[in-house]
Amino acid sequence: MPYNFDKIVPGEGTRQIKQKVKLILEDNTVFEGKSFGAEKAISGEVVFNTAMTGYPESLTDPSYKGQILVLTYPLIGNYGAPRTEMENNLHKFHESGNIHISGLVVSDYSFEYSHWNAEESLANWLKNNDIPGIYGIDTRALTKRLREKGTMPGKIIVDDDIPFYDPNDRNLVEEVSVKEKQIYGNGKYKILLIDCGVKYNIIRSLLERNTTVIRVPWDHDISREEYDGLFITNGPGDPKQCRATIENIRKAFTADKPIFGICLGNQLMALASGADTYKLKYGHRSHNQPVIRTGSNRAYITSQNHGFAVDNKTLNNDWEPFFINLNDETNEGMIHKSKPFFSTQFHPEASGGPTDTAFLFDKFIENIEKHQSTIKKG
Amino acid sequence: MKESVEKVIVLGSGALKIGEAGEFDYSGSQALKALREENIKTVLINPNIATVQTSEELADKIYFLPVTPYFVEEVIKKEKPDGILLAFGGQTALNCGIDLYKKNVFEKYNIRVLGTPIQSIIDTEDRDLFIKKLTEINVLTPRSVAVGKVEDAIIAAESLGYPVIIRSAYSLGGQGSAFCKNKEELHEMTSRAFSYSGQILVEESLKGWKEVEYEVVRDRYDNCITVCNMENFDPLGIHTGESIVVAPSQTLTNTEYHKLRELSIKVIRHIGIIGECNIQYALDPNSEEYRVIEVNARLSRSSALASKATGYPLAFIAAKLGVGYGLHELKNSITKTTTAFFEPALDYIVCKIPRWDLNKFDGVSHLIGSSMKSVGEVMSIGRTFEEAIQKGLRMIGQGMHGFVGNRIAGFENIGNELAQPTDMRIFVIAEALEKKFSIDKIHELTKIDKWFLYKLKNIINLKEELTKYNKIDKLPVDTLREAKILGFSDFQLARFVMKSKVDQIANDMITVREYRKSQGILPAVKQIDTLAAEYPAQTNYLYLTYGGKEHDIDYPLSGKSIIVLGSGAYRIGSSVEFDWCSVNALNTINKNGYQSVMINYNPETVSTDYDICDRLYFDELSLERVLDITDLESPEGVIVSTGGQIPNNLAIRLYEQNVKILGTSPLSIDRAENRHKFSSMLDNIGVDQPRWKELTSTGDIHSFVDEIGFPVLVRPSYVLSGAAMNVVSNKDELGHFLEMASLVSKQYPVVVSEFIENAKEIEIDAVAGSGELIAYAISEHVEFAGVHSGDATMIFPPQKIYFETIRRIKRITRQISKELDISGPFNIQFLAKDNDIKVIECNLRASRSMPFVSKVLKTNLIEMATRVMLGEKVEKPNKSIFDLDYVGIKAPQFSFSRLQKADPVLGVDMSSTGEVGCIGEDFYEGILKSMLSVGYSIPRKAILLSTGEPRSKVELIESARELNKKGYKLYATRGTQKFLETNGIEAEVAYWPDEKETPNTIDLIRNKEVDLVINIPKNLSKSELENDYSIRRNAVDFNVPLITNARLASAFILAFCKLDMSDIAIKSWDEYQTL
Repeated sequence: MPYNFDKIVPGEGTRQIKQKVKLILEDNTVFEGKSFGAEKAISGEVVFNTAMTGYPESLTDPSYKGQILVLTYPLIGNYGAPRTEMENNLHKFHESGNIHISGLVVSDYSFEYSHWNAEESLANWLKNNDIPGIYGIDTRALTKRLREKGTMPGKIIVDDDIPFYDPNDRNLVEEVSVKEKQIYGNGKYKILLIDCGVKYNIIRSLLERNTTVIRVPWDHDISREEYDGLFITNGPGDPKQCRATIENIRKAFTADKPIFGICLGNQLMALASGADTYKLKYGHRSHNQPVIRTGSNRAYITSQNHGFAVDNKTLNNDWEPFFINLNDETNEGMIHKSKPFFSTQFHPEASGGPTDTAFLFDKFIENIEKHQSTIKKG
Repeated sequence: MKESVEKVIVLGSGALKIGEAGEFDYSGSQALKALREENIKTVLINPNIATVQTSEELADKIYFLPVTPYFVEEVIKKEKPDGILLAFGGQTALNCGIDLYKKNVFEKYNIRVLGTPIQSIIDTEDRDLFIKKLTEINVLTPRSVAVGKVEDAIIAAESLGYPVIIRSAYSLGGQGSAFCKNKEELHEMTSRAFSYSGQILVEESLKGWKEVEYEVVRDRYDNCITVCNMENFDPLGIHTGESIVVAPSQTLTNTEYHKLRELSIKVIRHIGIIGECNIQYALDPNSEEYRVIEVNARLSRSSALASKATGYPLAFIAAKLGVGYGLHELKNSITKTTTAFFEPALDYIVCKIPRWDLNKFDGVSHLIGSSMKSVGEVMSIGRTFEEAIQKGLRMIGQGMHGFVGNRIAGFENIGNELAQPTDMRIFVIAEALEKKFSIDKIHELTKIDKWFLYKLKNIINLKEELTKYNKIDKLPVDTLREAKILGFSDFQLARFVMKSKVDQIANDMITVREYRKSQGILPAVKQIDTLAAEYPAQTNYLYLTYGGKEHDIDYPLSGKSIIVLGSGAYRIGSSVEFDWCSVNALNTINKNGYQSVMINYNPETVSTDYDICDRLYFDELSLERVLDITDLESPEGVIVSTGGQIPNNLAIRLYEQNVKILGTSPLSIDRAENRHKFSSMLDNIGVDQPRWKELTSTGDIHSFVDEIGFPVLVRPSYVLSGAAMNVVSNKDELGHFLEMASLVSKQYPVVVSEFIENAKEIEIDAVAGSGELIAYAISEHVEFAGVHSGDATMIFPPQKIYFETIRRIKRITRQISKELDISGPFNIQFLAKDNDIKVIECNLRASRSMPFVSKVLKTNLIEMATRVMLGEKVEKPNKSIFDLDYVGIKAPQFSFSRLQKADPVLGVDMSSTGEVGCIGEDFYEGILKSMLSVGYSIPRKAILLSTGEPRSKVELIESARELNKKGYKLYATRGTQKFLETNGIEAEVAYWPDEKETPNTIDLIRNKEVDLVINIPKNLSKSELENDYSIRRNAVDFNVPLITNARLASAFILAFCKLDMSDIAIKSWDEYQTL
């Protein structure tokens, strides 16, 4: 029988069949590769991320719900999949309880991994979660196509064809949000966290700052909750799908309690304030997005993962842009001119990505402290 | 927001040496470009005349003077600048800057240090201050104790526990740092380290931890970015200059990556860097424990590598930040639309591999460790680790074909070799894997992360698969493609599949090439665009990979293109001078309306700067890769004569593949390169040469030597260590040599040539067009023939040769030029004795001295040669060497202090790592400037003489007498002392190292009672007496200047006896006028 290299898992010495699979884009471009995850067909929105580390963080980030993730860094799987260990009722090394991407596309998968904190290979992790993975793809060519034509529906096909579908038509937030109220920690400040698909590091970042985090579903009626500060999380999809959340935020704006929103939270706060959002051609998904604090010379490198953005031009007079993207001048957050409300389009909690803007959590807590002291004085 | 500076002094790094090489030409050039953009006048001080930065276009004024506090102050007095840049000339510039600051020179002349404040630099350089500074912000450093004497070091080591590492402050490239396993080693190492530095550090050993570096940038607004991180393949314990390095890091998780990144920014803010710095970490492989190892508050080898690895021009940006810009106010030089305040996202892996030349040195230890010994490096780019490392190992240029498929004599004890790494480390790993050592075992012995080892194992596995086939067209196409993705060359495929014999493989690799092309297996051309394709980029910075299927750019270039082949890794015999030649060829191509294309892979060079040409292929200079590129580019032609020997060697094979070579025909190149063809050509045109024969048996060698007489030059074709080219003076030595070169056979013949003693060596660098001599520069060596031309001190124009000699040299040059129909640059070396001229070598390419003579003559010979090759009509210049009112002196720089145990003696094989070129009013002023530039100083009190055989003793009489007159105290070994006394020169006997009496030569050196050592070997062979070796080695180890050539010693002594420092003219290049 002629030898077929495809049947070899390099390094392991054990021969396994490497199934040939295809990635097909809506524009009919076909990329042929080989499977290293679950061998099944899947359809979703194809997006790319240019980060060079942090695939476990991305995979478990609920904002990727419904998306087939292309990693532009070609060597993936090097440090395996992290241990599943809990701390404060949260996964210590994951950003949520599940893998949220629909599929993973890479150039060179590393069948062998090496890291003290690894529990299994990335391939096994994907297989155990029934998520397909493809390697052997010219991810740079694929990324250029997405850059030129915009993110678009795509599908991974093993044998039988399946239809394309656009996850943005769905209320993805509902799918990833917590179903019931959950409480974490026992700190001084009570943070009400509206979960639209929260990354655990947001909760961790809050808990580190002497807080109790009350995590509620995306459409939870918050008017009856007692809290010191309100937090609106990141999450997947088109913000306009989250009507209930927008309505709740609008109500919260009438009070003076501090509010902090991240990513989808920024977009939802914008919509609640009357501003508009729009879909970016191919989004910002990377660890190297430069933002500048408006009206200053201070710039920061940020971690981002979003396909929609706030339209700066539509901000009303009570609000101003907080940060601006230095590359394309898109909105990177907004701040209320008189009340302690602010939000960012980027991820100050990082994980993955740079930690430059973690100080914004401190600012949130300071806002709470300030607010409480004015109440006392008042 | 720009600061108001008008004139800035930029300090260069001087001659290339181990630990400080071409990277500083690159960073200095970038800084000069950045300042020019701001209309700031620049004054460059750098005696390294072969660099690109010392070319007319980059700086407004250039001083070929030593980068030392005295000369820099003199230039400041004269030029009255208002700013100075210290961060672009390596440790040399930084140390000089700190000295000047401490002497209040900047304050005195009201000069601002641009960029990082001096105090911040001092905080990073002084280990004690550094640790204190980091402790202030709770950043961990290795536990350590700073000590000022040997006894305290021993006490400190006992409290930390052995093994310990010792480091000296103000070190460059880890000089004076070492691991010590016990008290004895510590005692020896500390006594040596104290001769370089008053303070050393005894540290806990973190051997086996991962070594990770970050390049960090900060502006005046406190904006910070980390442009790149890099991971060493070898764990801590092996100097990063000695280690394979990958970028970005491969085995770090997001938390580890960003923890270290966050620390980098914290540190750079606290120290107060403005510009660029490099921070090195040790990271525990089993937790997130870390230590900060060091911070370099300047551009470095790593920053040059990071710039090339990411496309982010660190030095250029650092210079802009130095004059007051914020990062957000500058643009990304690649995309031109996005901001410079960002962190590049790579979509490839970069692999840096060091290049060693340890075989060039007698007695040197091949072990690699915490001190740097490598002389150059390569950077390879791929989309798999396997591809990058195999490319890189070929690029190193020592006959390797990748990770596997090399003809290496087996290693005796693989286990030991793994545990005690040498310069062959990576090939030991290959052999261990082939011999079925487990990954665990190799990891245990090397502490190299298993991820790297697994990847290397993939290469071995595939190689084994390949060997199962015998015909290339029987190999499954998928396997063939996989092999290319894993970096296998056509040569390796021919070797593994076709089992090609040595004489067949050149043809077989073409067969492989044709077959794979027929199967559509071709590399893709990808851009380095800093943003992983997120934004469109018009970048011309390219590499080839099999990890992709689509080209990023369109072919062919619109317009006629010319490809220039670069010079590859810097190594002994080929360094920055060929970069200058390549850059000038590219400039000339651009000026003449062609599109310029560069192929090179050396991250230390200016020629691999993407703004220097229309397209840059950062890729291999192999036949396979060059053909891949010419297939795509369909160029007008390829230039092979400006990049040194690598492109020269490719000429004939490219020609055979129908690639158009510009300039001299490859057939002529072959006639000059092939010893037999060249020799018979010389005979035909009646040009004399030393008698020689290629011999295949010991008997023939002896009878030929009987015929021509001793001494003879013997050159084996198969080089084992210690049996390289050598001069032998008698039957005993010849016997000994032939014993070492045991492989004398038909396959490995030995070339024996007549060696003419006390002959002058003269060189001509020239340009010809269609065989007609157009321009030339003749220079002479200070040393007699027998010292390699790269190690010789050159005088241009010649000062001491007969007109008749010059006439004859010109005549012979014309004859050869005509006979070989030369069109382009060439160099011929001659021996001259009593007007008797013999040709010893001819290279139909640019030579090492091309930038030196071009700059001294103020006639760019490369520009002229390139124009000839482009088919332009080139007029003869109306300037000749007789018009020069001044003298250029080129002097070699040695790096023996880095090469432990190597005998610092000169011979027929080259051992210098760099050079300087200075311009003097006369010979002596030039000699003095150039010797001061390569680290000599004018002695203050005493000199130790040991002057060898009678002839060199006589040679030195005059200078010894001058020393006496000047009031120097002379010590001399017995024979020399007797000789001097007989000639009325006062000297005290210094006893040999193996004698008990005092004063002993070794004590004089170690206690620094002498400040110059002249030790002339007794004969030209390297088999020296232990005593002489000991004197020379101690001089090097204890940092006392050493001269081993009588004629050079005499020239230097006469120079400093005639001239004081204050007699040295402080004149810029443009002030030396031609008539």
